[in-house]
Amino acid sequence: MPRALRLDLDALSFNGAIGFVGAVAVFFLVAPTIIVVLTSFTSSAALRFPPDGYSLRWYLALVDADQMQRAALTSLVVASLATAGSVVLGATAALGLASVRGRWMRAIDALFMSPLLLPALAFGFAGLIFFNLVGYGLSLPTLIIGHVVVCVPFVVRTTLAALTQLDPALIEASRSLGAGWFYTVRRVTLPIIARGVGAGAFLAFMASFDNVPVSLFLSDARTEVLPIHLWEIIETNLDVRTAAASGVLIVFTVVVMVVAERFAGLSKQLR
Amino acid sequence: MVGRRFLQLFALAEWQLILPLGLFFLAFFLAPLVVLVVLSFQTEISLGRFTGVHYGKFLGDAFSLGILWDTMVLGVEVTMVCALFGIPLAWISARASPRFQPVLLFLVVLPILTSVVVRTFAWIVILGRQGVMNKTLIWLGLVDEPLRLLFSEFGVVMVLAQVQMPLMVLPVLTTMQRLDPNLIDASAALGAGQWRTFLRVVLPLSLPGIVAGAILVFAACVTAFVTQTLIGGARLVYMPLYIYQQAIGANNWPFAAAISVVFLVCVLFAIYLLSLVGRASRGYVHA
Repeated sequence: MPRALRLDLDALSFNGAIGFVGAVAVFFLVAPTIIVVLTSFTSSAALRFPPDGYSLRWYLALVDADQMQRAALTSLVVASLATAGSVVLGATAALGLASVRGRWMRAIDALFMSPLLLPALAFGFAGLIFFNLVGYGLSLPTLIIGHVVVCVPFVVRTTLAALTQLDPALIEASRSLGAGWFYTVRRVTLPIIARGVGAGAFLAFMASFDNVPVSLFLSDARTEVLPIHLWEIIETNLDVRTAAASGVLIVFTVVVMVVAERFAGLSKQLR
Repeated sequence: MVGRRFLQLFALAEWQLILPLGLFFLAFFLAPLVVLVVLSFQTEISLGRFTGVHYGKFLGDAFSLGILWDTMVLGVEVTMVCALFGIPLAWISARASPRFQPVLLFLVVLPILTSVVVRTFAWIVILGRQGVMNKTLIWLGLVDEPLRLLFSEFGVVMVLAQVQMPLMVLPVLTTMQRLDPNLIDASAALGAGQWRTFLRVVLPLSLPGIVAGAILVFAACVTAFVTQTLIGGARLVYMPLYIYQQAIGANNWPFAAAISVVFLVCVLFAIYLLSLVGRASRGYVHA
């Protein structure tokens, strides 16, 4: 049966090629994380993989790393407040956008999404010039404002996606039963889109916590954030403490991700 | 008619919900960008006569143009590597069993949520002279002495591709999951093998997702300051570092503003070209 044989060869080569490329991709996606976690447990002062021996000394060294802790605290404060601002502004705007149709909707939507596509570094610099011109010195509020601009698109996007899943009949039913607009939003719309808003909040938080291009221009020595602090350490002297800090950040990410998956069904919202 | 007027009032109230964010963007996104453009036409930070001297300096300088070119080429290369590996990965994820799929998705999403500094740092451990990569290559007998992987363009492309890969996989996966499975069955029933079905049916129909992913990857990696500086080192200068050097290092704000504007325009133009492809491909899907 030459025909069946040819088909088998075809299927075999296709599955083999796709499987191989996919496996390579998965390996490259996962390997760095595993390598950095294992390296952080090294007992020597050199960054080598596999480590010569294992110990917790670099994690213990983090306890005394005052500057790093202060930067981490600043990052947490900035990310929390930027997320809060993004959720309030973004979810509200998405509710408004859902009521607009056609060209206007697309134009405003494109405007709100544009911080994701424009080089964030150019925006960060523009922000620095702007605050300088207005005469408002760099401070925590200016940093948070800059972060809200680059984080709010995540909330707008996930909330809009959740709103398109919303059955309009539910809103009409609520209204025809005499509920006011605010009551309908509070008791019908919000509970249904809560997971979308939650996923957006999670993405906004992670984006702010990890942001460098905007912080680079809008933060100063007093408001130094964690990624910039780590970047400086890696650039000047490769300190093994950064490996330990990376280990802590990876665990932090996984924990937040599991929580987000549990409460917001993250993997469904991301698509 | 009272009810209808009431509803009209509501409709009015609803679009007004855009206003808070709209005004916020006007004040803190559009206004800074306008200030950036205005400053790029000044000789000093204070407002004076408009001049195009900085643009002349940038466009007449082979060094500056080289940096711009390198940055755009970097974006294209990374996008292509991401497509090459990301599309098969998305197809595997789309066809995976319901039990296996969340695991694959977790593996894809985890890197993008891990701090970029952490991911780049991991690659320094991997790509260094004594790193895992060089050790493996020597052990396999492919090279005799350690290669220079860190501070090379190859290294930057590889690391950026790894860092940005999820941005390609997720949108492609979304379009692939929306594909009508009947189309694939029909293609098989008509005698097409798996290769032919994938190349002639799956791939063209996934084009909108691929273009969306390409735009995200391109936009993210041309501005990836951390990865570019840490993996590229001081020798490989791309636009973000150039802007940073001129703005903070040389304190030449007007020139840095002009570079930023050129950079913004070039990135927007590239995204515009990609979105044209996307629009054409959507027409193809519906036809």
